[in-house]
Amino acid sequence: MSDIPTEFRYADSHEWAEALEDGTVRVGISDHAQEQLGDLVFIELPEEGAVVAKGEACSVVESVKAASDVYSPISGEVVSLNDALEDAPETVNNDPYGDGWLYSVKPNDPAELDELMDAEAYAEHIDD
Amino acid sequence: MSRQTPLFQAHKASGGRIVEFAGWQLPIQYVSLIEEHHAVRKAAGMFDVSHMTVVDLDGPDCVAALSRLLANNVAKLTESGRALYSTMLNEQGGIIDDLICYRMPNDGYRLVVNAATRQKDLAWIQQQVGGMDLSINEREDLAMIALQGPEAAAILTAISGLEAFESLRPFRFMMHGDWFIARTGYTGEDGCEIILPNDQAVALWQQLIDQGATPCGLGARDSLRLEAGLNLYGQDMTTETSPLESNLAWTVAFDPQARDFIGRAALEQQRAEGLQMKLVGLVLEAGGIARSGARVLTPHGDGHVTSGAFSPTLERPIAMARIPFKADGDVQVELRGKTRPARVVQLPFVRNGSMRDGLLDG
Repeated sequence: MSDIPTEFRYADSHEWAEALEDGTVRVGISDHAQEQLGDLVFIELPEEGAVVAKGEACSVVESVKAASDVYSPISGEVVSLNDALEDAPETVNNDPYGDGWLYSVKPNDPAELDELMDAEAYAEHIDD
Repeated sequence: MSRQTPLFQAHKASGGRIVEFAGWQLPIQYVSLIEEHHAVRKAAGMFDVSHMTVVDLDGPDCVAALSRLLANNVAKLTESGRALYSTMLNEQGGIIDDLICYRMPNDGYRLVVNAATRQKDLAWIQQQVGGMDLSINEREDLAMIALQGPEAAAILTAISGLEAFESLRPFRFMMHGDWFIARTGYTGEDGCEIILPNDQAVALWQQLIDQGATPCGLGARDSLRLEAGLNLYGQDMTTETSPLESNLAWTVAFDPQARDFIGRAALEQQRAEGLQMKLVGLVLEAGGIARSGARVLTPHGDGHVTSGAFSPTLERPIAMARIPFKADGDVQVELRGKTRPARVVQLPFVRNGSMRDGLLDG
């Protein structure tokens, strides 16, 4: 059974967003997503400073089986990247909600987070 | 409705993630494709390959029929217990399938062909040699388990009565009651493929797990065969490509001249005119994987990736690609709109569990 932290918000394309105290939003993929993808071997992150739009494909997570786009769950400017994934993409498999985060953005509109699913709704979504 | 092998419940019980493959429900992986891959390279893993199609030929015209059907020469099987890898071609020299042909103890022959090509193969065989004096029987009563890896032989010979496998040479097989045990495989490692009655498959599978074999899925099977430089039918070779363009010239027996196998004239013409394309290995720098269909740019024209994967042994992306015959050395692969450098290499990528010596030289 997938792990779904209640403090995060979720997109129907299986990304999560976490509002940090400094006002930025951290983005990653859900436990369910990493489980479906299998062993990850390469992560292509957006450029630092890039402006991403909600729903835009801005990163690629590649497993032994397939490459999958990551759609940004929030609009804004990319302010930091999880560079450690370059050498250790499997971190996303091992700790998708913690050390396996992908990037964080300075959101244009923090209210966009409210349009995402909460843990309960996401649990129902992946149950379908 | 897709079919289930006799091991279907065992796969589910072991946590196998089931996918549809060539009309069968099979596990793509259990826990981790990469761990399953390493289990085969370093110890022993096993695969349910019961979806493979087993066809037994019997009767006085077997040799004549196979001499016509196969690009390799069945006469090389000078005694029972021997096996031969071959392609089966159409008149244009295109590959209908690849297979292993075994000479059975009763002087019949056994073919093991791909699941995805089952109907096409059976129809072709029937059409070409059905009028000759032989019987063609598909053996749906048989299951097949591949046990592969450096510890495979030790695991198998621990089973009572199978000690003789120890001295069995590669590409030979032995019978043990109803069981057919060949020293063959699709991973580049030592090991065996066991063909046995459906109702005995679950017990053997469990026995092999108890002896330490790791159950492996289709995902690891694909990455292992790619590292070993073994073609996958439908990807690296099709009816549109000849064995000469598929790194399989060594499997075509042009001698003796008098043997008129199907596709011979087309291959001779291709050989006389010179080949346009060849199948090679590509090694990429760490980064994205070049998947099937990706464009390969060379100074002599474009080619394309036929199979691509992350190599757990090399820890970087590898691929097979069909490229212009004259191309060599450094090429470019197009990935998601960007080009990335790749090196053309001789196959296989991996030998005896590690990167082949000299793979990246010159």
